[in-house]
Amino acid sequence: MCGIAGVIHRDGSADVGSEMTSMLQSMKHRGPDSSGYALFGQPTDLIVIRFKLADANDPRDFDFKERLERHRMEIETRLSKIGASIDRVESETEYAYRATVRYDGDVKALADYLEDVPGCEVLSLGHSLEIVKDLGDAQEVSSLYGLAGFEGTHAIGHVRMATESDVDISGAHPYWAYPFSDVAVVHNGQLTNYFQWKRRLEFSGHRFQSECDSEIIAVYLAEKMAAGANLKEAMDESLEDLDGVFTYMAVTQDSLGVAKDEMAAKPLVLYESDELVAMASEEIAIRALIDHEIDTYDPYEGQVLVWSR
Amino acid sequence: MEQVAASGGRRTTYDARGLAEPVAEVPHVSEIDGATAVFDAAKLTTRQINLELRSLIYEQGVTDVTVKNPGAKHSIGVGILQRCRITFEGSLGYFGVGLIDGPEVLITGRVGWSVCENMMSGVVRIEKNAGSLTGAALRGGDIVVRGSVGARTGIDQKGGTIIVGGDAGSMTAFMMQRGRQIILGDVGPGLGDSMYDGEIFVAGTVKSLGIDCVPGEWTDADTELIERKFRIYGLGSPPEFQKFVCGKVLYNYDNLEPSEKKLVIH
Repeated sequence: MCGIAGVIHRDGSADVGSEMTSMLQSMKHRGPDSSGYALFGQPTDLIVIRFKLADANDPRDFDFKERLERHRMEIETRLSKIGASIDRVESETEYAYRATVRYDGDVKALADYLEDVPGCEVLSLGHSLEIVKDLGDAQEVSSLYGLAGFEGTHAIGHVRMATESDVDISGAHPYWAYPFSDVAVVHNGQLTNYFQWKRRLEFSGHRFQSECDSEIIAVYLAEKMAAGANLKEAMDESLEDLDGVFTYMAVTQDSLGVAKDEMAAKPLVLYESDELVAMASEEIAIRALIDHEIDTYDPYEGQVLVWSR
Repeated sequence: MEQVAASGGRRTTYDARGLAEPVAEVPHVSEIDGATAVFDAAKLTTRQINLELRSLIYEQGVTDVTVKNPGAKHSIGVGILQRCRITFEGSLGYFGVGLIDGPEVLITGRVGWSVCENMMSGVVRIEKNAGSLTGAALRGGDIVVRGSVGARTGIDQKGGTIIVGGDAGSMTAFMMQRGRQIILGDVGPGLGDSMYDGEIFVAGTVKSLGIDCVPGEWTDADTELIERKFRIYGLGSPPEFQKFVCGKVLYNYDNLEPSEKKLVIH
């Protein structure tokens, strides 16, 4: 089933970490397997890389900690080798890390080089995008990664009921649009032609970390945008190219978009005010943000809506 | 499948997916004045709201209930099988007032997906928008949505009337079998797809007709029906409508099964 949520502040910033947690937590019944966030903080010169070296539910063999430590050190070595000067590397868990680096080179080369380290997956990369995802409900993930108080401009999130692939971090949303910095996607639905798209995109050099159909949406959009399309144009084209049922949200550094398939098979409720735009699979998630009576509506089939800051 | 765990003296039940809801008892929070009652649902769970409603209507002889702050919670007011009046001051989530038989309901906000699913009789008025699957498998009664509705309104509708003040989405009246829909705004693609019977009236534009949905012949009874419904619900003077019905080329609905034919002949 899965639940998705998004919020974008028209100007200024807010505690999008807490906002997204309360939205996702109110939709826990739509997916208790894993929860994920794509949060946009204030952009800086530094590149933020969120990566993981293992999963919460990986078996803990006797070498587990030492191996992760070795791999983390290898990541730092490789960052230096490729010309990225490390600002800091932090970790809230024993397997997921947040690194800030100064780097002007090709981000694809950087991501590929890091992911060559065994077990490494770059969850997100960009000047303001940070993807945090893990097993458990939103409250658990938020407290594990200390997301309360995350000051930002916009965010999307996802609660997952796994149907197509494993319950692990790789199968959790949001998906970073590798190798396009600061782009991410959450998806509610199933794509029926994702095998074809996966093959096509792999031919043009993209990598996939999961067996999840949703991952191709992010990469699909990224490729369109790399070829010069803006977010709206890329999303419009996706309605023709993607088969199946979907409501998905995509975010870039300054915008948030949502698309619904031709059958309007998956839900979306939308609320717009002068200060913010909030949307979710269920109105109850929007109510978690706004305490007064509000007017909301459901977008129709085949609609693509994009808000920019 | 239900597990029970003791947590600090308070019993908590978990359903098969591990979601918790406290063992609910009727909260008795209403202010009752004769046959009318008011209560605030802001701090109540779904089960508590429904238990309070049922207690008022079935046990305490209340015939007019006002529920404040329903907060878009799901499955509120379902299965009420008695004539009464219920006002929700706010919005309902998914599956609002489903499976009802008799109540006259007013919702001052909006509703999520599948409002009035399998409703048997009564009247439900919704002041704002409604989600998809409004009046799914409706059997009888009237649903009046002042705003717009999502997709597949009246899917599998088997009776009753759905009136929409705004627009309707794709596959409206999908597999409709009986009853009526009166839509004042525009309608999305696939109107009346695979419908068996029933009548659809549209005042706005129709993006496309579904399979076996065709324009119908207007009758005096249609004029009478629309004027009556507009008068009852204070919708002003009716605009001009197009009528759509089933083309009846896809099925042989009246043909009896071979075994049934034998029964008729003998």
